[in-house]
Amino acid sequence: MTHFIQTLISGLSLGSIYALIALGYTMVYGIAKMLNFAHGDIIMIGAYAGIIAVGQMNLPTLAAVLLSILICALLGVLIEFLAYKPLRQAPPLSVLITAIGVSYFLQNLALILFGSQQKAYPTLAVMSHYTIGGVTVDGISILTLLVTAVIMVVLTFFINKTRLGKAMRAVSEDKAAASLMGISVNGTITLTFAIGSALAAVASIFYGMSYVYIKPTTGAMPGIKAFTAAVFGGIGSVPGAMLGGILLGVIEQLSKTYISTLWSDAIVFGVLVLVLVVKPTGLLGKTMNEKV
Amino acid sequence: MKQSKKFKLHGDLLTFLLVAVAFGVIAYLLYGGYLTRQVSNMLIPISVYIVLAVSLNLVVGLLGELSLGHAGFMSVGLFSGCLISIALAEVLPMPVRLPLSMLCGGLIAALFGLVVGLPALRLKGDYLAIVTLACGEIIKNIITNLDLTGGALGLNTNAIYSNAKTLLPYAVVLVLLTVLVMMNLKRSKQGRAIMAIRDNRIAAESVGIDVTWYKLVVFMLAAFFAGAAGTLYGHYFANVKAASFDYNMSIEILVIVVLGGMGSIPGSIIAAVVLTALPEAMREFADYRMLLYAIVLILVMLTTNNPGMKEFFSRLRPSALFRRLTAKKSPQKEGA
Amino acid sequence: MSIKTKLVPVSRNVALLPERDANASPILECIDLGVTFGGLKAVDNFNIAIGRTEIAGLIGPNGAGKTTIFNLLTKVYQPTHGTILLDGKDIHGMTTTQVNRAGIARTFQNIRLFQDLTVEENITVAMNSQIRYNMASGIFRLPSYWKGERIAHERALELLSIFHMEDFANAKAGSLPYGAQRRLEILRALATNPCLLLLDEPAAGMNPSETAELMENIRTIRDTFKIAVLLIEHDMSLVMNICEGIAVLSFGQIIAKGSPEDIQSNPKVIEAYLGRKKEA
Repeated sequence: MTHFIQTLISGLSLGSIYALIALGYTMVYGIAKMLNFAHGDIIMIGAYAGIIAVGQMNLPTLAAVLLSILICALLGVLIEFLAYKPLRQAPPLSVLITAIGVSYFLQNLALILFGSQQKAYPTLAVMSHYTIGGVTVDGISILTLLVTAVIMVVLTFFINKTRLGKAMRAVSEDKAAASLMGISVNGTITLTFAIGSALAAVASIFYGMSYVYIKPTTGAMPGIKAFTAAVFGGIGSVPGAMLGGILLGVIEQLSKTYISTLWSDAIVFGVLVLVLVVKPTGLLGKTMNEKV
Repeated sequence: MKQSKKFKLHGDLLTFLLVAVAFGVIAYLLYGGYLTRQVSNMLIPISVYIVLAVSLNLVVGLLGELSLGHAGFMSVGLFSGCLISIALAEVLPMPVRLPLSMLCGGLIAALFGLVVGLPALRLKGDYLAIVTLACGEIIKNIITNLDLTGGALGLNTNAIYSNAKTLLPYAVVLVLLTVLVMMNLKRSKQGRAIMAIRDNRIAAESVGIDVTWYKLVVFMLAAFFAGAAGTLYGHYFANVKAASFDYNMSIEILVIVVLGGMGSIPGSIIAAVVLTALPEAMREFADYRMLLYAIVLILVMLTTNNPGMKEFFSRLRPSALFRRLTAKKSPQKEGA
Repeated sequence: MSIKTKLVPVSRNVALLPERDANASPILECIDLGVTFGGLKAVDNFNIAIGRTEIAGLIGPNGAGKTTIFNLLTKVYQPTHGTILLDGKDIHGMTTTQVNRAGIARTFQNIRLFQDLTVEENITVAMNSQIRYNMASGIFRLPSYWKGERIAHERALELLSIFHMEDFANAKAGSLPYGAQRRLEILRALATNPCLLLLDEPAAGMNPSETAELMENIRTIRDTFKIAVLLIEHDMSLVMNICEGIAVLSFGQIIAKGSPEDIQSNPKVIEAYLGRKKEA
């Protein structure tokens, strides 16, 4: 039983990382109706930013964290401005291919800048293990869970209660109507990319602290899993991304522990396929009926 | 007018003939020993990528569904076809064994296409894309963990390994067959039905088209060719690992299809040749080649999709020039 | 309806058709048809019968549920309750595709053509189940392919001649002007060889002379093909001129049924369109 709880907690912590990344996918999808395939690579850039900030610039932890967030947010905005903005009217598939191009670009840029050798992520905070009632959990998992919980509460509040959040929802609902109401569509999209990328930076910090080794392709697998999580929860839905991310992390960790590490990917993706076949728009996605 | 239609050399037929001629020239150069090792090494991969791109174009261009799992079908065909070929290596001579194992590999892949196609009936757009991606990853995961397929170390295909000179004729036949099927399908009642589903599913149903059936047929047909190409590809290496056929490869094929133009056979072929040869040709730039590839990809998408740029480039395109030169009276609007 | 199994050019097809008697059993019967969307009764207690060569009209204010009726008849939506009898047979459990093959064809209010196909292809697509060759014959161009394609081509041109659109045969459907797109949609529906044709606002966006021409065309189509037509239309001159029977729908309910004369003088209809007179 204690073993199960331990697994569950590490699953929740992994799921939190997925959820943070999935939020970026889902927010961008909701507002720009595009799959930002390069989102996973933002995590990798965020991780390298952390390594440089601590390892070469000797910044204190908090400054390193903020720098990493800032760099990712700026990068997200820059990518949107250079690569996606000119394609606002283009067919979705062309935008997808462009995003794939951006993903290749970031990976290969990192390859040139940082080399193919993996680098160790710095210890940002010394975390001890805690044992409560026989259940041993590491501090990083707890921290990941707590921070993610706070971010989710703040984000939910932001989207539902603030002016900017309302503007975001309006743009995702109907761009033309939103701009008629005086909302800056481009500004809102930029903001969404900034927030999504900042969340990816946060994910990169926890990813780096849990998995330590970073290389140019680091972002790809968590990226694709988080993308899966976003679709699993219903793409475009913010609570869906949180739920999808956490469920995916838990399923992955449980199948790794109780079934087999080798088969965990097949199980995770298998569950996804099953869920989508039963509920074609994901767990919390809206069912869109085509008007005839 | 009726007569001219019958004898009109339409673009795809021209492509078919050009591909056949090109292969003829290549075969002459290859067997005459005029090709460098670097070039002859690319012949089989290029042929395989042409088949992959043209068959994926069936799903993406004709049916209008996004598939991110094409490498999975290729992988299924590769491993099943090669296992069959290895088992028969002592029994049957190459000219019988290879086509037979390609056929089997294709059929088994088509079976997987059916399985993946089933959820496709209920799903649309990005949801379908993610399911095809997931299925591709599941296939990769399963093949990597089976003892039968050599596990994570990969399948030892030494017993059936052949070089470009031996494999080229089979590759040529496969490419031409794929192009022929795609080309003639587009101009048959089945092809029209598939494109009608792409243009407007509800209207297609309303005129009695069995959408379920056609979607499954497309997925199976595309998987069949990917599988057959996979079997051929497996014969070109001494060892194959399932891990190489992941979503990245599926995306690579998709990029070829989109760059070549959705639904366009010549486009797919040209893009497959260029994108397979380009990284090889840029080998001297080593580290920078993939970066350049990425930049080229982004720039191509930006220039072809940005309205201003598009207008400019469309004037320069040879086909547009040709059309302007040969244009007869364009149909008068609102004549009836 | 056994004629549907073989593809024959229009002219011959007509000769093969048994005379459909308007007084015989109706081609379409709806009994207590209804549908509910999230608790809202979009259509309720819908009862009509349409004769075999009748031109019938369905009118009513915007949002009354007219297009919903078409969607129920073609199974785009599944009815919540009630029965639809097509030529006496219950079409319960059929899909849109099967309903079309059973004999109901339709057009759409917001035009749904196959934009990237040519005008001719739009029509031959609709003959899909009537063209007899399999996929292998198509791919390898066997004789059955050439035969099927030739007949389809001839029949498409024949259909196009109804609206004098033969010259557009090779143009992309999406490039046609609006009026021509509406007409092409009617031809596409006809190409499926229906016994009941549903037209959703066929005259929308047409000027009076085009409407008058369309009216003639609808009559011609009925007379040539001996089929029933049910149309939704806001243009009262068209409805009153060509419809032999009219049903008026308001808030999902039929409020009046009858001949054009009956409808025009019915106080309930006037009320539904103009609103209730305030009691002084």
